[in-house]
Amino acid sequence: MDGWIAFLQERSSDIGTALQEHIVLTGVSVLLGCLIAIPLGIALVYSRWNWLTNTVFFMANLLQTIPSLALLAIFIPFLGIGMKPAIVALFLYSIMPIMRNTYDGFRSVDNSVLEAARGMGYSTMQSILRIRLPLALPYIMSGIRITTVYIISWATLATLIGAGGLGRLIVGGLGVNKLELVVVGAVGAILLVLITDTLFGWIERMLTKRYGRTSSTTA
Amino acid sequence: MIEFQQVNKKYDDGFQALTDINLTIKKGELTAFIGPSGCGKSTTMKHINRLISPTSGRIFIDGKDISEYHPVELRRNIGYVIQNVGLFPHMTIAKNIAIVPQMKNWDKAKIDKRVTELLQLVNLDPDTYRNRYPSELSGGQQQRVGVARALAADPDIILMDEPFSALDPITREQLQEELVRLQEDVHKTIVFVTHDMDEAIKIADTIVLMKDGQIVQSGSPEAILRRPANDFVRSFIGQKRIHTNDKDENEMELDDASLSMTTVDEVMVTQPATTSPNRGLAEAIKIMEARKVDSLFVVDKNRTLLGIVSIYRVLNRYGDESLTVKDVMKPIGYQVGPGTPLPIAVEQMTNHRLTNLAVVDDSGRLVGLITRGSIVKHLNEVYPAMIERFAWSLGEEA
Repeated sequence: MDGWIAFLQERSSDIGTALQEHIVLTGVSVLLGCLIAIPLGIALVYSRWNWLTNTVFFMANLLQTIPSLALLAIFIPFLGIGMKPAIVALFLYSIMPIMRNTYDGFRSVDNSVLEAARGMGYSTMQSILRIRLPLALPYIMSGIRITTVYIISWATLATLIGAGGLGRLIVGGLGVNKLELVVVGAVGAILLVLITDTLFGWIERMLTKRYGRTSSTTA
Repeated sequence: MIEFQQVNKKYDDGFQALTDINLTIKKGELTAFIGPSGCGKSTTMKHINRLISPTSGRIFIDGKDISEYHPVELRRNIGYVIQNVGLFPHMTIAKNIAIVPQMKNWDKAKIDKRVTELLQLVNLDPDTYRNRYPSELSGGQQQRVGVARALAADPDIILMDEPFSALDPITREQLQEELVRLQEDVHKTIVFVTHDMDEAIKIADTIVLMKDGQIVQSGSPEAILRRPANDFVRSFIGQKRIHTNDKDENEMELDDASLSMTTVDEVMVTQPATTSPNRGLAEAIKIMEARKVDSLFVVDKNRTLLGIVSIYRVLNRYGDESLTVKDVMKPIGYQVGPGTPLPIAVEQMTNHRLTNLAVVDDSGRLVGLITRGSIVKHLNEVYPAMIERFAWSLGEEA
C-alpha cells in the first residue's frame, strides 16, 4: 500500500497532465460535435429532400463503423501526429449520436403543437428556438451523454498517435512493465466515465423533468 | 367581415381542393363550416389566416386584401383553436395563454391580469390552474385553455378547427354551451369547422355546407333545416327520405302510402334496456337509473324475451334480498313481429294504452322496442321532407 501512495505522489504531475489532456481531448471533440451535429440535425428536420437526409445519416453511420484505431491513424498523413488528428477523429465519432438524437427530438414534437404555434403567428425561427429546441433538449442531452462516454474510452487510444491522455499511462506502463501505471491509467479512465455519466445523466433528468412532459394531446 | 372572392385552391399534385368559393362571413357572427371529411371546410378556414394560400381569387378582411399583410402579423391578430388543442407542453397554463400577448410585447402586469380574466371566462379557477402544466389537465380543461389562448390578445376573428370533436360527448356538449354563452359576451367573428350537424345547429348563426370543395348551401340553421337545397343537404341534416315508387301519382297520396309502408323496424329502438333474469332487485334499479327508464325487459342469454319488470314491482318486494328479477317480473301482454306496419303497432298501443311495445321475432327474441319517443323522433325525421314536398305541390298549383 505504501508503495502505491509513494508511486502516486511521485508521478502525480504526470497523472495530472495525462488526465488534463484526456479531458481536453474529449471536451473539445464533443464540443465540436455539438456545434456541427445539432445544427445539422435541425437542418435535416427542415430539409425537403429525403435523399439528403438519408445520405447524411448513411455517411454518419459509416463513420461510426470505422474501427477507432484506424480512424485515428488515417489522419496522420494529412494532419501529422499529436492532438489535432485525434480531435478530428473523435469529433467525427461524436457526430452521429448527437445528430440522430437532435433529429429524433425535433421530430418527436407533437404536430398539433407546431400547428398551433404557426397558427398563432410564430415564425419558423421562433418555433425552433422556443418550442422544438426546448422540447428536444432531453433527447439532445442523452445524445451528448452517450457520445461523451464513448469518446472518453476511445480517447485512451489517442496516445498511439501521440495525443497523450490517460492512454499514455497505460501504454507506457505496458512498455516498461510497470503495473501501477497501467492500473492508474485504466482506473482513471473508468472513473472519468462514471463521473461524466452520472453528471450528464443528472442534467438529462433535470431537462426531462422540465421539458420532457408528455405532449398535450387530449385524453 | 371576411370576404372570399372566387377563391380556388389547386395543389401541386393536381388535386382541386376548392372551387370558386364566394362567401361573406358577417362580423360578430359564428359561422360554421360543415361537410364530410375532405370537403374543403378546414382548407377554406385556413385561407383566412394564410396557413394556406389560394391558387387564384382574393380574400378580404374588413375590406383589406389579406395578401397585403405579413402572414405572421396577420396570424397574431386572429385567434386559432385546433382539434388536438396543441398546448405547449413545456409551458404552464398561464404561459400558454400569454403567448400572443407576449409576442405583442404587452407589459407583465397587463398579461397577468388578462390571464386571470381569461381563466375565469372559461371556468377554470385561476389560482388552481395558472401554474399547472397541460399534461396535468383533462382533455376538456385543455381545450378550455385552448379557447382562452385564442382569445388572449382580444382578436376580432377566431378560427376554430373541429375544437370539440376529440372530446367525450358530455364534455363536448358542455363546451358547446359555454361557447354560445361566451359568444354572447364577446361577440367575435368566429369561424367554426365541424362535421357534426347537431353541433352546428346548436352554436352557429350561419351554416356553410360544403362538399367536394364547393359550397352547397349557406344560410341560417333554420333556413337550411326548412329548405335544404338538395338531397346531399337533406341527407346531411339527417332527414329520412320518403319512399316514392311512382312519381306521376299525386304527391300527397304517395306520402300517405309511404307512411303506412313504414314498418316498426325503422322506428324501433334497437337497444332497449334489458336485464337478465338472475339479477338482484337492487341491481335492476341501478340499471333503470343508468338508462333512465321505469321498466326493464327480462331476457335470457339468447335474448329470448321472458317478461317485463317495472320499478313499482321491484320496490314492492325490495325488502327481500334473496329475490331476483325473475321472481317479480310479469309476462309480456302485447308484442308485434318485425315487419309489422307502423300504423298497426300504433293502433295497438293506442287501444291498450301502452307506453311501449316490444318487437319480438319468430323465435321469441327481443329485437327492439317501439316507444312514444321513438315514434315522435321518426315523425320529426320524416315530416320536414313531407312538408317541403307538400309546399312544393301547393306552389305548382299557384
